[in-house]
Amino acid sequence: MATAEAHTDSHAHDHDHEHKDSFITKYIFCQDHKVIAKQFLITGMFWAIIGGAFSAIFRMQLGFPDADLGWLQPLLGKWISADGKLDTEFYLALVTMHGTIMVFFVLTAGLSGTFSNFLIPLQIGARDMASGFMNMLSYWFFFLSSVIMFISLFLETGPASGGWVVYPPLSALPQAMSGSGLGMTLWLVAMVFFIVSSLLGGINYITTVINLRTRGMSMWKLPLTIWAFFLTAVIGVLSFPVLFAAALLLVFDRSFGTSFYLSEIYIGGEALPNLGGSPILYQHLFWFLGHPEVYIVLLPALGITSEIIATNSRKPIFGYKAMVISLLGITVLSFVVWAHHMFVTGMNPFLGSIFMFLTLIIAIPSAVKVFNYLTTLWRGNIIFTPAMLFSIGLVSVFISGGITGVFLGNSAIDIQLHDTYFVVAHFHLVMGSASFFGMVAGVYHWFPKMFGRMMDRKLGYIHFWFTFVGVYLVFFPMHYIGIAGFPRRYYSFTNFDAFSGFTDLNAFISVAALITFIAQFIFLFNFVYSIFRGKKAPANPWKSNTLEWTTPINPGHGNWPGEIPPVYRWPYDYSKPGAEDDFIPQNVPFSETMESNLPHENDEIALEKDIDELVVDETGEHHDQH
Amino acid sequence: MFGLYIFLAVFLILGILLMIFRISRLINVVKGSDEKRASTSNNVNAMLMIAFMVIGFGLAAWYSVTYFDLYDPPVASEHGELTDKLFWRTMWVTLLVVVVTHVLMFVFAYKYRYKEGQKALFYPHNNKLEYIWTLVPAVVLTWLVISGWMAWEDIMAPADKDAEQIEVLGYQFAWSIRYGGMDNNVGDYDYRLIDDVAGNPNGIDFTDKANFDDFLFQNLVIPKGKEILLKIRARDVLHSVFLPHFRVKMDAVPGMPTQFKFIVTKTTQEMRDELGDQEFNYELACTEICGESHFSMKKNVIVMELEDYYEWKAEQETFLSVNPEFMDKVPEELKELAVVTAGIDKQD
Repeated sequence: MATAEAHTDSHAHDHDHEHKDSFITKYIFCQDHKVIAKQFLITGMFWAIIGGAFSAIFRMQLGFPDADLGWLQPLLGKWISADGKLDTEFYLALVTMHGTIMVFFVLTAGLSGTFSNFLIPLQIGARDMASGFMNMLSYWFFFLSSVIMFISLFLETGPASGGWVVYPPLSALPQAMSGSGLGMTLWLVAMVFFIVSSLLGGINYITTVINLRTRGMSMWKLPLTIWAFFLTAVIGVLSFPVLFAAALLLVFDRSFGTSFYLSEIYIGGEALPNLGGSPILYQHLFWFLGHPEVYIVLLPALGITSEIIATNSRKPIFGYKAMVISLLGITVLSFVVWAHHMFVTGMNPFLGSIFMFLTLIIAIPSAVKVFNYLTTLWRGNIIFTPAMLFSIGLVSVFISGGITGVFLGNSAIDIQLHDTYFVVAHFHLVMGSASFFGMVAGVYHWFPKMFGRMMDRKLGYIHFWFTFVGVYLVFFPMHYIGIAGFPRRYYSFTNFDAFSGFTDLNAFISVAALITFIAQFIFLFNFVYSIFRGKKAPANPWKSNTLEWTTPINPGHGNWPGEIPPVYRWPYDYSKPGAEDDFIPQNVPFSETMESNLPHENDEIALEKDIDELVVDETGEHHDQH
Repeated sequence: MFGLYIFLAVFLILGILLMIFRISRLINVVKGSDEKRASTSNNVNAMLMIAFMVIGFGLAAWYSVTYFDLYDPPVASEHGELTDKLFWRTMWVTLLVVVVTHVLMFVFAYKYRYKEGQKALFYPHNNKLEYIWTLVPAVVLTWLVISGWMAWEDIMAPADKDAEQIEVLGYQFAWSIRYGGMDNNVGDYDYRLIDDVAGNPNGIDFTDKANFDDFLFQNLVIPKGKEILLKIRARDVLHSVFLPHFRVKMDAVPGMPTQFKFIVTKTTQEMRDELGDQEFNYELACTEICGESHFSMKKNVIVMELEDYYEWKAEQETFLSVNPEFMDKVPEELKELAVVTAGIDKQD
């Protein structure tokens, strides 16, 4: 029960000297988790614009294959041919980089990096991460990775273009496509640094949650955000090293003549000497990360929405323990479902059967989460803040995107749907849109804590409705195209009679995608404008229970000027019968709320003395004064 | 000049939007709506939720019904009919879930929107409910999984011994189709024997006598009503054999042969008549990204009645008789056999 408080009182004094920080230590090489979170957020937003712009370009190709794209020539140079056509290989490069950027640089780094960093210390009651220095390193490795990936966009041979999964042999052989040359090398180098960054961050999150909880903050009193971030970090720490191994072997195959993934290849008029390797091995290694990665981007979003939906429904989250158990279930199951990406890759069909069973089990905790969200809304007193709207939007896209997983996880049905637009629709809703909605909801909700000002509500509403309607107009029609069998990653469909339909629907999707993309600039404007000109935030703008709202409006390094408040209750005491207000923050002891206590809570009053008596001494050790 | 107009128009529009934004913020300050816990926007958002639900379901239902034939591809294989059945069964189950959950969500959002003086219900948990909605999905999923698993086992079971063997070899950016010939046995190959210049794209190994009667053909010709075993190979990067009308998909992997067996139920002509489109052709496509011309790896597929197929097959000239220079590669002791099996003597 005793939770360690590693930072000493002297640390709190540091806070007083903070004005001595130079610009560099305060904003660049900073060890304050809040600043690092903002660094991740802003870098993530930068990447989101690039990733989104890429999708806008290839959607123009898909929606209007006859259009003259010559006007993009100043930007894309030789990738636009003389007659205004997008280069076919650059199309693949755009698809590849869109996937890589969105999955890793926006939704992994931008989401986990921002909110795990920002919220873990604030919500568990810690002065900072367990290791501020490692945390800083985590951002700067990410930055280095970003720089390398960014440079690869400008290579003469183009960036990596073998799909975001970079399956060998295509990615291993520069003869196979020009993007598999230097572009692929830089992709691998960038990913290696990215993994280092993820691991440094993840280890820190785990350590911090385990060791630095404030007095009274037992695991069962953690907000669901923290549970989600904690389990996300566990998934990341266990699965990213496997991607590292996969990447390393690929580096060996590419540069040092090994044959881990290569065998019996004849390309460019010559037979290569490689024998005995297996491309399937790479797929296993890749998806051992690749599938948990889906949950690495999704769980934080689910955690954020749990918090936001409870707060803005003014109701406790329904089934807190069931929510935690389903998060745990998803965490464990996420490691044993990876091969459902490989039903028709030539993997042993028996394995296909096993993975079909395991995959469909994961639908159960997901369904439980959805039902719990719905019950939380039931008989609430719902306030539609922009964050709440995006959270409700998340639940919607999580349902409609997740449910198609029941088709794809069924190997017999997957034969037809694998690598079609049905898959594209599925993961863009359940993973892409859901995580993106969670991220945006988080920004709207915690902006007051990040910048001490409020974002504009009305712009938030406009942004939400454009985005919510937009993602459905973009991704819902893709189901039809997928059922019709249209394969992914096709530059155009005119070669096939079977895929020649839907030109109007494809044009429609592209227009919707462009509008949705442009609508994101409303958010960007709101974000930047509000940092400088937004209304000053009150201390607890959403009347929320969690600890971050007990800090000063603009918390300094160390978060709380005095002692860290102890915690007595769970974070979801909203609209408690008998209570005067419709929320009771976690740091209010039961002894002060006799009128609203439940019978078993009255018993805890006796224990509160123990929490109060835990005192932190100069060395940061806890001492029981009995 | 046109570009300048566009620039000016965008600039103007942005300017107007910015003005509107500033004015609305001032109005908010005057009305004090930011100070209120939930302004009128709260009701507007709640109503938009209902509008979104009604219009969204309406549009989806309208499109799904009106354009059903457009997105429901015709099926022409035995297992395809089964997997389609599973697909639609899953569709009805999941559709029910999507509709029910969404109606509940949007209706709750509307009905329980913030009202002054209203207090939310403190309802933290109900274990009975949790058990019910854990068990019900579990049972439904088990049913779906087991029916899918039984179909999968059948589809992936070993092929009949007398299944029609056809080799499909993917390479950048085309397919090469090889038939087993009269012995219905696609012979050995070695990737080191592949030679595009000399004309041996499949790397046929002529020390294997099963190869003497093999032949290549520019289209994939298959019989109706007989089991077909596609022996799938790739020689450079991953490809994937996709026969959309037969619900067949299997990756082609360099260094690891894969296979897929199926029975076609409709000939090309039958399908043309059924669709009322005499131009219709079955097609073979690639569904694994394989390079710049991934989107153009097409082969036409011709489905014949079984007897027509045998007739067609008997008419084909063997690879060796079309390319007699490869006789050099045949070992001395097999040359005589090769000449007879390949039908070279008939030509002379």
